[in-house]
Amino acid sequence: MPEQSIEMQLSSALTDGRSQGISDEISNVVFTLDDLRVFYGDYQAIRGVSLTIAKNEITAFIGPSGCGKSTLLRSFNRMNDLIPGARVEGLLAYHGTDVYGPDVDPIEVRRRIGMVFQKPNVFPKSIYDNVAYGPRVNHIKGNMDDLVEECLTKAALWDEVKDDLKKSAYALSGGQQQRLVIARCIAVRPEVILMDEPCASLDPIATSKIEELMRQLAVEYTIVIVTHNMQQAARVSDRTAFFTAELDEAGVRHGRLIEYGPTRQIFSAPQDKRTEDYISGRFG
Amino acid sequence: MSRPQIAVSAAGGLGSLQQTRSRVGEKLIRAVLVAAAAVSILTTFGIVISVVVPTIEFFSEVSVTDFLFGTVWTPLFADGQFGVLPLVTGTLVITAIAVVVALPLGLGAAVYLSEYASDRSRRVLKPTLELLAGIPTVVFGFFALEFVTQMLLVRIFPDIDIFNALSAGLVMGVMIIPTIASLSEDAMAAVPSGLRDGSYALGSTKRQTAMKVVIPAALSGIVAAFVLGISRAIGETMIVTIAAGLEPNLSLNPLQGMQTMTSYIAAAGSGDLSTGSIEYKSIFAVGFLLFVMTFLMNMVSIRLVRRYRQAYQ
Ligand SMILES: Nc1ncnc2c1ncn2[C@@H]1O[C@H](COP(=O)(O)OP(=O)(O)OP(=O)(O)O)[C@@H](O)[C@H]1O
Ligand SMILES: [Mg+2]
Repeated sequence: MPEQSIEMQLSSALTDGRSQGISDEISNVVFTLDDLRVFYGDYQAIRGVSLTIAKNEITAFIGPSGCGKSTLLRSFNRMNDLIPGARVEGLLAYHGTDVYGPDVDPIEVRRRIGMVFQKPNVFPKSIYDNVAYGPRVNHIKGNMDDLVEECLTKAALWDEVKDDLKKSAYALSGGQQQRLVIARCIAVRPEVILMDEPCASLDPIATSKIEELMRQLAVEYTIVIVTHNMQQAARVSDRTAFFTAELDEAGVRHGRLIEYGPTRQIFSAPQDKRTEDYISGRFG
Repeated sequence: MSRPQIAVSAAGGLGSLQQTRSRVGEKLIRAVLVAAAAVSILTTFGIVISVVVPTIEFFSEVSVTDFLFGTVWTPLFADGQFGVLPLVTGTLVITAIAVVVALPLGLGAAVYLSEYASDRSRRVLKPTLELLAGIPTVVFGFFALEFVTQMLLVRIFPDIDIFNALSAGLVMGVMIIPTIASLSEDAMAAVPSGLRDGSYALGSTKRQTAMKVVIPAALSGIVAAFVLGISRAIGETMIVTIAAGLEPNLSLNPLQGMQTMTSYIAAAGSGDLSTGSIEYKSIFAVGFLLFVMTFLMNMVSIRLVRRYRQAYQ
């Protein structure tokens, strides 16, 4: 691997990847962003972003550190509401409903749009209680044992933990914890899963397990993933959005969307010079 | 392991590796620090010995069973009886009232400060709350007697004693709220924000996040805060001396006056008992029992915390 050029690694990742049949057109839209701007107090972290996210696809957000990928991702399920001073302008519609509309309950939004974070944030509870947490707080009825088994199975963790469900989640490895977090997330039956660098703290084997899992989950769920790993974006995503942070006239840095399209196209025939520089590793 | 040989040329300018400057200052500071540690250790020793010796002497005259299970405490009578139960129940009743007040309010204040308050209000409120901890207990004592008993409680319970356990317990509870709130808030603030994010991202409300994630994650710190608060309540002397009266009373009725272990020690100790008399030694026996009770409580809670931790690590 080390002798291979970045281009070659990427192209082999693309051939393995799932973006072959993806067309430019998006017919089944989950999210529509129109001129979306995000602020932290007076600071505008993201300049108007417009794009659509397709159902049952994996969309990757890539770009250099600080360009606002996490900020944008957190605005999808209103996690930014929890940061004092954070504010969103423009349109972010989920199935045609403005997520920031006056009658929208952020709790309900977060229930439908789940999130997995960079550091596996399992609760200091048993494995079972971690998975059962979401259904319990949301008063989801039904057989909890079955639900826990179903979610752990979907998260490809069941076989490893089925005999110690009562054990502390802290006893699991990092990769297992991240899969537990995914199981916990799908236990509330969301439609969308947002993942912010879900493999950043994992080793290559755990990473490939999570990637494999993402492909399986995309059958049922719509996934948006932030990643710093180009090969990962090429391997797992259907569409890729490339962001950068650029200085404006006043010398303030804002994140902005440069290019968005089917992953195969972004990686093999980028339209913008900045995209090309970034994916080939020439970015400053 | 063999170390590679490194040739150091004499001309290399490394110079002598021997100590060149005398480090007198270093040694002096060390000596001062050792002395500082020694003072507290020796003091503890001194206290233990000066309590244990008269206690042993006391029990050569009064049997342990009579002391622990006797129901009459009349040390100053000619034919004095030394049944400590009235003092113990006095202490427990008043402490229990304080705990009932302070645990929910202290924990509630901590949850508010850590999970609900904005940064700005927290910066103002927390020091204000901690100010309450700086009020001298004698002030709390008179507040209990003059205000809580005579302005409030007599209206609600017309036949309440002027010296009563209820007002002492209530005010003592208020007194330990800052301890419990401040330490619990520290423990909750130390819970990684990632856990809160994880909970919110599953569609939890603030209340659910606080109750089901933050409090359990901070539990060992919260228990430590409770224990410290309760220890302060058990050892508190001034409020009970002023507001609960000095009448040993084997009763669970909080509307009556009661003497606690601490207020007996304070009252008897400030009287003119002759050193070496049995009454004098009883002060130390009661003090020793108080020490054992606080110690046991600390042990039990450390156990509890550890067991909880073992389950989740
Ligand atoms: N809570 C916050 N308050 C104020 N500014 C913030 C906050 N979070 C992020 N920012 C700023 O917003 C910009 C975008 O940050 P963000 O974390 O979204 O970038 P990112 O693309 O996710 O970076 P990385 O790849 O390093 O995770 C940065 O300039 C950052 O300093
Ligand atoms: Mg980020």
